[in-house]
Amino acid sequence: MTNTLFALVIPAILALVALIGLRRRVDVFAALTDGAADGLRVMLKILPSLIALLTAVYMLRASGATDALARLCAPLFNLVGIPPETAPLILIRPISGGGALAVGSELIVTYGADSRIGRTAAIMLGSTETTFYTIAVYFGAAKIRKTRYAIPAALIADLTGFTVAAVTARLFW
Amino acid sequence: MAMAWIWTIIICFSLAYGAFSGNITQVSAAAAEGSAAAVKLCIEILGITCLWSGVMEVMKRAGIADKLASAFRPLLSRLFPSVSKTGEAMRAISANVSANLLGLGNAATPLGIRAAEEMAKTVGGGTTNVATDDLCMLVVINTASIQLIPATVAAVRAAAGAAAPFDILPAVWVTSAASVTMGVLAAKVLSRVWRRRATQAHNLGRAR
Repeated sequence: MTNTLFALVIPAILALVALIGLRRRVDVFAALTDGAADGLRVMLKILPSLIALLTAVYMLRASGATDALARLCAPLFNLVGIPPETAPLILIRPISGGGALAVGSELIVTYGADSRIGRTAAIMLGSTETTFYTIAVYFGAAKIRKTRYAIPAALIADLTGFTVAAVTARLFW
Repeated sequence: MAMAWIWTIIICFSLAYGAFSGNITQVSAAAAEGSAAAVKLCIEILGITCLWSGVMEVMKRAGIADKLASAFRPLLSRLFPSVSKTGEAMRAISANVSANLLGLGNAATPLGIRAAEEMAKTVGGGTTNVATDDLCMLVVINTASIQLIPATVAAVRAAAGAAAPFDILPAVWVTSAASVTMGVLAAKVLSRVWRRRATQAHNLGRAR
């Protein structure tokens, strides 16, 4: 029942957005293709760094270091209920968006998109940001050198996101 | 530069750990596989990410982003007590939040920067290099950004053979809401801690 209901959401959003667009006299098709072209440019910009980063991530996985890291983090992570396999993702997420996409997609492919680890990784990716990059951009633009409590507060938010991602992945499925 | 260090460290560490654990042939094979996997991943997620980028563009042109921005203004003005409710800074903040919600990352960052600049203008005419409470709040909200349709992640899940790639949406919403709430609370609490520290340091300086 919830599945059928949920299956409605995506097609319904598409239909609704198109209808609202038409009512507001927007050339929906042109907007759609312009936006898609933007998406294409963004992906083209991401690809070079993704090539470099996935090479690194694949090598790290093949060396056995990611598994070792997971084993190392297991006692702490199990305590809060986060799958230890997601440790590399948690480490890279606040630093590099491309790196997080590389590590996250590797986790999703390796463990399966519908596995608990795969879901947790996907929820973590979808609900957090590249914290340090964002902080650097904003404070750089505002010429701020004393960031006071911004970094601790942002990291508290990230840690909450990682923990709750594991909880929702466990509770919702 | 940070990325140069991270990349070099990962590569060297993989080499050393692979040699140490006897996995060096696998590491060598992986060095060739990773780059191809990146191209494959990009091609596989290209469809969904471009489609949703298009849908968000329709939303923007249909004024949905502006609607969303004005809907959020009352809530946001409570988070930024010293920013004028009707001023340019508030307009930029709410546009930044609504662009983030719609996943318009390219639009969100310039809007957020404009908000930061506007806020700096009203405080000390842009001469201070110390972050105000409002700027800290803006940064925290942006680092914990909520996205309604995380299309890239859904595309990665689809490429990996997920039965329903978008079924993580409710979980993503709950998680983002929790993290942004926690971030806001942390910012409010820490702002008091920092202010108390500053006053103490000030008093200490006077006592001497």
